[in-house]
Amino acid sequence: MKAGDLGELALRNLREAVLRSSLTTLGVAVGVASLVAWLSLGIGLQALATKRLSNSGLFDTVIVTQRRNPQSLRRPPAESSPAKNSRQLDDDAKKELERLPNVVEVYSQVRFPTEVRYDGNPYSTIVAGIPESARGNGSFDGIQGSFFSGPKADEAILQIEFAKDLSTQPSNLIGKDLIVRYAERQPLSPQAGSSPGGSNADLDKGGFSIVPREKKLRIVGIIETEPAAGFGGFGSGRLLIPLEVASSLRAAQVNDLRDAVRATNGKPVYSSLTVRAKSASLVQGIETAIKNMGFGTFSLQDATKSLEVFFRIFDMLLFIFGSLALAVATLGIINTLVMAILERRREIGILKALGAADRDVRQLFFVEASVMGFLGGVFGVAFGWLVGRAVTFGINLYLKRQSLPSTDVFSVPWWLVLLAIVLAVLVSLAAGLYPASRAAKLNPVEALRYE
Amino acid sequence: MTTGDGVAVRAERVSRHYEMGAAVIRAVDDVTLEIRAGEFVALLGSSGSGKSTLLNLMAGLDRPTGGAIFANGRNLSELSSLELARYRSRTVGMVFQSFNLLPRMTLEENVELPLRLAEVDRGERGARVQEALERVRLEKRLTHRPSELSGGEQQRAALARALVNRPALLFADEPTGNLDSATGESIMLLLKEIQQKLGMTIVMVTHERPLAERFADRIVALADGKLLTDGVKS
Repeated sequence: MKAGDLGELALRNLREAVLRSSLTTLGVAVGVASLVAWLSLGIGLQALATKRLSNSGLFDTVIVTQRRNPQSLRRPPAESSPAKNSRQLDDDAKKELERLPNVVEVYSQVRFPTEVRYDGNPYSTIVAGIPESARGNGSFDGIQGSFFSGPKADEAILQIEFAKDLSTQPSNLIGKDLIVRYAERQPLSPQAGSSPGGSNADLDKGGFSIVPREKKLRIVGIIETEPAAGFGGFGSGRLLIPLEVASSLRAAQVNDLRDAVRATNGKPVYSSLTVRAKSASLVQGIETAIKNMGFGTFSLQDATKSLEVFFRIFDMLLFIFGSLALAVATLGIINTLVMAILERRREIGILKALGAADRDVRQLFFVEASVMGFLGGVFGVAFGWLVGRAVTFGINLYLKRQSLPSTDVFSVPWWLVLLAIVLAVLVSLAAGLYPASRAAKLNPVEALRYE
Repeated sequence: MTTGDGVAVRAERVSRHYEMGAAVIRAVDDVTLEIRAGEFVALLGSSGSGKSTLLNLMAGLDRPTGGAIFANGRNLSELSSLELARYRSRTVGMVFQSFNLLPRMTLEENVELPLRLAEVDRGERGARVQEALERVRLEKRLTHRPSELSGGEQQRAALARALVNRPALLFADEPTGNLDSATGESIMLLLKEIQQKLGMTIVMVTHERPLAERFADRIVALADGKLLTDGVKS
């Protein structure tokens, strides 16, 4: 029989048993909806986590350090000759790193302990410099107030816990001023000038002295979560200021003493540099290139891979859970088609007497099964999407009541739509295998005798 | 369509036995029969004589357990399931006692069904259906469903369905069994007309001797699965 005729006859048969066909299709739809809902939850959560982690800067950064000679651990570093292939992490190296493909920016980290004075009271905390690029990378999504007005603005963003230390009503802090007290390094030698990033550049052969300083900053924002922007970066800072401002303060940092004894002749050397890649997937290539340049590197690539593996397994489990309902729906299809054979036994006999081959009868049942599967798949995707929307709505309602930012935990990508429909059709065809084969094998004489 | 010697169907020592536990039912037992092209043959016998079984074997609806049936130049026993289906579709037309029209289809759709199975082009189907229905004088009942027709009309519709693929062989299993005598007679007249006008070979199963004697060219009598008599009417 031609495909068009098969289709027409199959649809006619389904229309004849409209209630049973509809209920079976509904069963498939519920199964597919369950599958789509679970999988879209998994995909949505994965996307959410990936976005958050990507925004955190944990996975798109490489920390570059000077490669150390292992023996230097036992000898005074200043006396040790540089290890083979080891290079100084100086300005030239920074520029070279900036020229690497897929590198967005290279900056030194500035983080120092400080005493904050607000409303006459002292508070100890850590100040961290934030690069201007952090403005657009999502780290500061959900900020109360605003990001720094400029890279040189004397402004501060507070981490919420620190803000709570300062005031019982943190939101009232925005627009207020605070004083940051810190230790400024002053070079002892006249050769020492300002240095790139103001970091360890002063630490040449002359050493440095410490002078207490104060800086007035205006609070412009408060963030709920602490942006990491690179795991050795400003993650531990609870008072965030523009990187340029932080560098210009020439504040003494935690590693200064160690770096002072390691300083080399007249050339400013960084203890580490943060290299930010265009995306997390490009980190590995950049890391390799940096290693080839003779530097040590560190990134969280392995952690990203573990996360991927975790979500693959998570999705697989959700798929299995979602498939259970589809498995039950499969039994429904088998039941419907077996009942159809009993009901249409005589009709099958007539078709065979009129010239229908076993193949025609088999195909007729397959088409009926696949039509139910296709319709069930389409409706199931729609139901699944609706369930996702409803759950998202409920979650956001709850988050809103908890004064938390709204989020979208469900994601139905186009491939999931296709997969669900194709799976529904395939499962239906599989369910139709036995009934179709049984119908095809019916003896026409016996079938015609059936009342 | 003949085997080449003017014979439309030839059964050679055909048997159809059924095993029912330890017992063996010999529905058709060692029957040899030759039906010539264009002949109107009545298979006559009482209930359980094996006449319908023999008809089903010749129509390719069943396979013999012994012997051979030659039709269309080929041994039906040796045909594959698909080839047998093609034989039923293209060579054979069937009419049943209980009409066997599909109740949810209109008359037109019922008659079109064999054309669908034979994969006849859609463009050709309308004219073929019309022609078949005109032949049985039901051309004005195209859109009616079987339940809206009388018994005689339903059997005429079944006849149109059997004719629509222009078969060489028409097998009728008790075509008047569910009809009153007047309607039955009209159906028989129609069968006779078809035989004469189209030169079609007709094999009809009946248990009504008068009907067989009146319309058939030849009567083959069966009893207990065996051929009793085979004779051209005087």
